[in-house]
Amino acid sequence: MKIRLNQKTIPILATIAVFILVYTVGSILYTGFFSLRVFTNLFIDNAFVGVIAVGMTFVIISGGIDLSVGSVIAFVGVLTAKLIHVYHIHPVPVIFLALLFGALFGFTMGCLIHFFNLPPFLVTLVGMFLARGLAFLTSLDAIPIKHPFIDRIVDFGIPLGFRAWLPATGIIFIIVVLIGIYLSHFTRFGRNTYAIGGNEQSAILMGLPVGKTKVLIYTLNGTLCALAGIVYSLYTLSGYPLACVGLELDVIAAVVIGGTLLTGGAGFVEGTLIGVLILGLIQTFITFQGTLSSWWTMIVIGVLLFVFILLQRYLSTTSITTTNLAVKEAVEMQPT
Amino acid sequence: MSDRRINNENFQKLLWPLVALGLILLFNFFFTPGFLNVEVKDGRLFGSLIDIVNRGAPVMLLTIGMTLVFATGGIDLSVGAVIAISGALAATIIRPDYVKGVLEYGELRPLFMVVSIPLLVSMAAGLWNGLLVAIIGIQPIIATLILMVAGRGIAQLITQGQIVVFIHEPFQFIGSGFLFGLPFPISIVIFMCALTYLLTRKTALGMFIEAVGANPVASRFMGVKERLIKISVYTFSGLCSGIAGLIICADIKAADANHAGFLLELDAIASVIIGGTMWGGRFTLIGSIAGTLIIQSLTTTILTIGIAPEVTLVFKAVVIICVALIQSEDFRRLFTHRSPQLKAKSS
Repeated sequence: MKIRLNQKTIPILATIAVFILVYTVGSILYTGFFSLRVFTNLFIDNAFVGVIAVGMTFVIISGGIDLSVGSVIAFVGVLTAKLIHVYHIHPVPVIFLALLFGALFGFTMGCLIHFFNLPPFLVTLVGMFLARGLAFLTSLDAIPIKHPFIDRIVDFGIPLGFRAWLPATGIIFIIVVLIGIYLSHFTRFGRNTYAIGGNEQSAILMGLPVGKTKVLIYTLNGTLCALAGIVYSLYTLSGYPLACVGLELDVIAAVVIGGTLLTGGAGFVEGTLIGVLILGLIQTFITFQGTLSSWWTMIVIGVLLFVFILLQRYLSTTSITTTNLAVKEAVEMQPT
Repeated sequence: MSDRRINNENFQKLLWPLVALGLILLFNFFFTPGFLNVEVKDGRLFGSLIDIVNRGAPVMLLTIGMTLVFATGGIDLSVGAVIAISGALAATIIRPDYVKGVLEYGELRPLFMVVSIPLLVSMAAGLWNGLLVAIIGIQPIIATLILMVAGRGIAQLITQGQIVVFIHEPFQFIGSGFLFGLPFPISIVIFMCALTYLLTRKTALGMFIEAVGANPVASRFMGVKERLIKISVYTFSGLCSGIAGLIICADIKAADANHAGFLLELDAIASVIIGGTMWGGRFTLIGSIAGTLIIQSLTTTILTIGIAPEVTLVFKAVVIICVALIQSEDFRRLFTHRSPQLKAKSS
């Protein structure tokens, strides 16, 4: 029993260790690195990445992948900006519309994946083209967002002391992570997700609602993408059709570094949170360092990805039983 | 004979992409005046058709490598990054001091060096992917994702984040020269295509690749060297990306580590899927090439008939999803209402 617990938790422990290591090294090397302000900035600057990463965690645990996230963010950003700035519509209905679009987008992709048995990679690739194209169609230029209501959201925040400040976007990030943790650990939906990722065939044979869960996962992910798009617009106060190109890779990297198995079936939303924070930390580190150029971020992320995948690989060859256990637990959660 | 041909699985797979390509060309024939005209000027061929193939040459090269990778049940996401690395290396070899701010040209580097080093490095990048997939056993999407993320960083490291511009007549020939009246990139594509076709279809290699993709365990028991096949396929894909990188770099006479080959991996993957090669097992090179031509001619069509170029992406998305749906068994059953057994009987 104890060995199993270790194998499930080793990736996340490694992730936490890396986070503490990078933070410690940074704190020793640079003054001001170890401060509440830098720490809260991680939550603010990476809020939009974090929000999608939570959705992506569910998708990857279920054995799928979503490449459309960056484009959906861009489209939602441009759409909200255009509706608010050009058509002068109040932000509240616009935000609802954006979330609805995200949900519908995810729902459609989920249906295509499930009902026509198309590979998730292909369907979300098409989603990526489509959303980016729609963003270009909406506007080719960046549109500013100016509205008293938006200003009020942006100005809202919780003071934490020590000159630190947690604004609305950071709060949304944390709430989404909490909801993700709740969904993955304490609901039937979460259990089913793990079971599908562990072994879809077994999940079907066991009578789990595989189709419904899959469509739900992509719908959830689509909604979170739209939410991330809104968070991003609040962060930049504009909509830009070329925003977040290639973001999907950062998100996938964050999820993997957070300890989620890319083959599906194992992973934690908590790990993803730390994965996102590590990505942010690397960027902060390079900013503090000053002379290293931004492309080092990519190389370091690549190396980290490699190390974590090797670790996962090693762990998954030593344990085959974890996925079966997940399926078993899922069955126990079903109503009889 | 002809009846057997139509029922042949390979031919059926080829049918839809070719029909789609034919429709696009037919549309252009009626709505774009002079679309099919090919003129000869100074012994060189010009025309919309030539232009489509020429513009599509880098993606076609990627597609050739990607098709083989797909056939082994893998995917190569790193092709865009390898393009950037290859171009960055070539430009840096031509102007090694440019990144240090020296604008004068040194001695003219021999073409052999400018071409071979980037290609060797590209193959090394492919080899790295292959080792990760075949020896360490990482999922292909992830194994190549590492290089996709880090590769662009490495390319920028080579060029120090600058766009290295250069003039090097012999090297520029790769991007904009003409051979036997054809643009040189097309000649390269024809050569690589023929080479790959001969290697995979006139030797047992193609069957090995398909066997590895269809059932790795069974093929290992049959004595097929699964690991070696996988490694060589990824290395080949690296080489193809390297050549594509040289073409792009030589064409624009500059190395742009940030944008060279950006998102081209998606075009290549889309081409392969449109062409009818699915993960693991049978592959059709011609189908994949047709897939690239569909995407490229669609782009050109949109430009020539005056629709805003921004719509291209939407069109691409629609075409890819339509072709993928047509190829999906579950989707076809929705309309034909025929069970698979019946289908097998009638054919």
